[in-house]
Amino acid sequence: MRMIKLTINGQEVEVAEGTSVLQACEQLGIEIPRFCYHDRLSVAGSCRMCLVDIEKAPKPVASCTMPCANGMVVHTDTEAVKQERQGVMEMLLLNHPLDCPVCDQGGECDLQDQAFAYGRDRCRCTETRRKVADKDLGPLIKTVMTRCIHCTRCVRFMEEIAGSPELGGIYRGEKMEIGPCCEGPLHSELSGNLVDICPVGALTNKPYAFRARPWELTKTESIDVMDAVGCNIRIDSRGNEVMRIVPRLHEDINEEWINDKARFACDGLRLQRLDVPYIRKDGQLKSASWAEAFDVIAKKLRPLAPHQIAALAGDMTDCETLFAMKQLMGKLDCPHYDCRQDGVDYDVSKRATYVMNSTIAGIEEADAILLVGTNPRHEGTLVNARILKRWRKGGCPVGLIGAPVELGYPYRPVGESALAMRDLIEGKHPFADFLRKAQKPMLLLGAGALARPDGPAVHALARELAEAFGMVREGWNGFNVLQKAASRVGGLDLGFLPSGQYGMNTNSILAAAQGGRLEVLFLLGADEIDMDRLGKSFVVYMGHHGDKGAGRADVILPSAAYSEKDATYVNTEGRPQRTYRAVFPPGQARADWEIIVGLSHALGDGLAYDTLAALREAMGKVHPHLLRIDEVPTNAWKPFGATGKLSIQPFTPVIDNFYMTDPISRCSPTMARCTAEILPLLPEGRRRA
Amino acid sequence: MLADQDRIFTNLKGLEPWTLDGARARGVWDGIAAILQKGSAAIIEEVKASGLRGRGGAGFATGMKWSFMPKPSDRPHYVIVNADESEPGTCKDRDILRFDPHRLLEGALIAAVAMHAHTVYIYIRGEFVSEAKHVQAAIDEAYAAGLLGKNAAASGWDCDVYLHRGAGAYVCGEETALIESLEGKKGQPRNKPPFPANAGLYACPTTVNNVETLASVGEIMRRGGAWYARIGRANNTGTKLFCISGHVNAPCNVEESMGISLRELIDKQAGGVRGGWDNLLAIIPGGSSVPLLPKDLCEKAIMDYDGLREVGSALGSAGVIVMDKSTDIIAAIARLSHFYMHESCGQCTPCREGTGWVWRMMERMVRGQASLEEIDTLWDATKEIEGRTICALGDAAAWPVQGLIRHFRPVMEERIRAARRKAGCA
Repeated sequence: MRMIKLTINGQEVEVAEGTSVLQACEQLGIEIPRFCYHDRLSVAGSCRMCLVDIEKAPKPVASCTMPCANGMVVHTDTEAVKQERQGVMEMLLLNHPLDCPVCDQGGECDLQDQAFAYGRDRCRCTETRRKVADKDLGPLIKTVMTRCIHCTRCVRFMEEIAGSPELGGIYRGEKMEIGPCCEGPLHSELSGNLVDICPVGALTNKPYAFRARPWELTKTESIDVMDAVGCNIRIDSRGNEVMRIVPRLHEDINEEWINDKARFACDGLRLQRLDVPYIRKDGQLKSASWAEAFDVIAKKLRPLAPHQIAALAGDMTDCETLFAMKQLMGKLDCPHYDCRQDGVDYDVSKRATYVMNSTIAGIEEADAILLVGTNPRHEGTLVNARILKRWRKGGCPVGLIGAPVELGYPYRPVGESALAMRDLIEGKHPFADFLRKAQKPMLLLGAGALARPDGPAVHALARELAEAFGMVREGWNGFNVLQKAASRVGGLDLGFLPSGQYGMNTNSILAAAQGGRLEVLFLLGADEIDMDRLGKSFVVYMGHHGDKGAGRADVILPSAAYSEKDATYVNTEGRPQRTYRAVFPPGQARADWEIIVGLSHALGDGLAYDTLAALREAMGKVHPHLLRIDEVPTNAWKPFGATGKLSIQPFTPVIDNFYMTDPISRCSPTMARCTAEILPLLPEGRRRA
Repeated sequence: MLADQDRIFTNLKGLEPWTLDGARARGVWDGIAAILQKGSAAIIEEVKASGLRGRGGAGFATGMKWSFMPKPSDRPHYVIVNADESEPGTCKDRDILRFDPHRLLEGALIAAVAMHAHTVYIYIRGEFVSEAKHVQAAIDEAYAAGLLGKNAAASGWDCDVYLHRGAGAYVCGEETALIESLEGKKGQPRNKPPFPANAGLYACPTTVNNVETLASVGEIMRRGGAWYARIGRANNTGTKLFCISGHVNAPCNVEESMGISLRELIDKQAGGVRGGWDNLLAIIPGGSSVPLLPKDLCEKAIMDYDGLREVGSALGSAGVIVMDKSTDIIAAIARLSHFYMHESCGQCTPCREGTGWVWRMMERMVRGQASLEEIDTLWDATKEIEGRTICALGDAAAWPVQGLIRHFRPVMEERIRAARRKAGCA
């Protein structure tokens, strides 16, 4: 890479060719005010706040658009530059309403901060200010368009990051307005990020409107568990209430974006909570004490044989809980437990078979991508955003095997069923050429292909396909499974799977329950199973929301949601990450692992963990990688897979309502609004109708 | 004054047919094959030798601009004709488009060969309806006569010409906004660099030239750059179309040599100022974008790029707007401020916000409803726009007001005092 030398404020600096003057200033730690410029968006150069003086240039220069050149002499600290910034700031504030006291952006507003730092102390304009009609952008984004400074960050975000160009500038001059081409909710699942990138209070968080001021909030860094991507988030709470969730930077996972469910479903944390233990008496759930609840379970278990007991883990169960539960099942001598409530049963004997081996950041290196039975937009929104980012750079064809979906970028349909995979291997489809020519071809296998009876065979075929096209080679493993549940990789890592020769998997457990062969079933937040299949079995539900599982339960053990506990989750890449407690669980609810330890004591043979640290230490002895937070282990590639008959049925998307996929989002009024207002506009919603 | 034999635009009044036959009778397309066969380098050298500068307003040396185009590569090159003439007070390109379109096509073809372009787009102002019809008819005639298309004019070079009609935005006359508009996007200027010669239309090498510039090229190639360079003054060579409007006895479009004095231009070509020279108040010499000149400066102004810069104005598009003493000069400039507010694209802050502020202040200045200090605020506001925008529309909005304050501040102050007297507050 060619290096370029220039001088900024008397300091010499060497930067890579193509660096803008603004970026060069940042390298020196010189702050350049800006509104329209954003690291991850294309450069607009329109706000003019970043003006600097460059010697020999006839006019002040927008530093965000100007590439550095050898010998350039830049000034950012002169009186002239100060005047220029003050001038632009005066212009920006001419028509800004200055309604900061009632603005939700107040306290974290770029315009406020930069006016403070770079503006003048008074306004010379006496004219009437512009009023702009607010736009209806749906249930998530509140608009106060009079505050808009026309930086077009939102317009560029929607096109470049969300892949859903729904916003634009209409009219011109001072009548220019930012808005949707037609009124109505935004369709994108990433629309909530508009709140963060809007440098003023024009686009704000609608459900959070007027509920808190930013300086009142306690900020807890955590991770999202609504999907398996493991987006890094910050939970902002006040008292014991989660007020809002915002993204946190993680370059390798979510960059600085999160999806709308991760951000807006947090109001579901307040509602329908299980805050005391319940016991079903005479068909009615009655509140009880922990001791009573444990007692009922212990009495029920005591006469049973091990094969009459089973456990299923849900999509949000953390590693510590699964580890403790597995040990408890061991103490009960019971082999029937499974962490795959969706019933998938492909070969998970090797780690490489169920994680995203290329990693999310690795998508950017791929030069041909084949999606199989997945709608990554819904199953891992930020994975899809990364594919879009890669696609926008060019030279990376994307193919899809499965029912048609809208992904935000054009893809080549390769076929709809497993037969298309066979065609590809045999070179019968033109997309095979792209895969063969690619240096780093990649495959993304979704639940649409795996969560069905022929899933194991499809999984094996996918391995064959990956090997046929050299997707696994020195320094590159392009075999990827896109998990959709936050608990899944952790559960598989921990081996929360049918144990030994006789252990039953999810489907067998459900069949046994239906057939009356199962007496007690533990559901660890498992709500996505068909409760009608549980027969007459005695159901112990441990979870935090009054969802389907709680409705069917005979005993309810109230536990903590992800915002209320320190817990480890492993994302779809196989990267362990931790949530941290932002607020306390409501009422008598406890962290899940404590409940299991408590239950084990009630059953007589207690697990010897007094603290979370002790539990983690024990877990680390068996699974050391779970303690190496934020590290992605590389996985050996060994033969795997099962043979079986392939179905000709097309791969269909597994998520038909992105906004409600788990107990929290199902309880969220905001997600209910999205389901009512946005979903009918989307293809999957139209299908539902 | 310009000698008749040196005129390029011999059908400026539209007295002769504009069709191919008429054009051929005026010598257009004469020896075009020989001209094209000279090749790119020779054509650019000839244009450089002529000293021709862009007639759209900025006055950049045309030969130099053409030489900035990169060497031929796998990327297509484009020549774009900027026929989006919208500058208030200017109507020179219009008469070329409707009365002499072949002269433009000829120049465009020469430019295409010089810059290795197989495609020429003519972006014509949307309001020019009959002009567009003439240009399209001329294109069709030229294709039929083998002057355009495959092996254009038997030169061995393929050149297609397309006419594209704008939708009526002044800012689309700015070359990068024009390119955006041509690409089907909202007409908003781009940041430079990159310049169009490197990344213009569809990110390919592109040169945008004004109609009058290109229409002059044919004659330059036929008669030689040296002939053209003899007309006018050094660095300000050639002939120029002047559009004289306002308070003159005979408003007209006229071709004159560069460097003619403003007074001679008005007196000899436009029949003099209404009511005599002494009735003159001020002249805007180069279209609405440039600062006005009060009478004393009009007397010594030389009508070329450097001559007008010396008196604090600019040649611009050479739309000469004459105002006699009956004019309310503040209201006149306020009207221009309104124009720029209306035509601002709204992309960058100073122009979007500032043009409206300036117009509102100007409206109050017209009525005298302001304080004396506010004239300084008005000046500051124009300075906060000037030079800080993406394109030159910001400058164009600022300069007329600056010209007004520079030369007519006493008038503005008196207006304010009068309004105060009338309101009863001393």
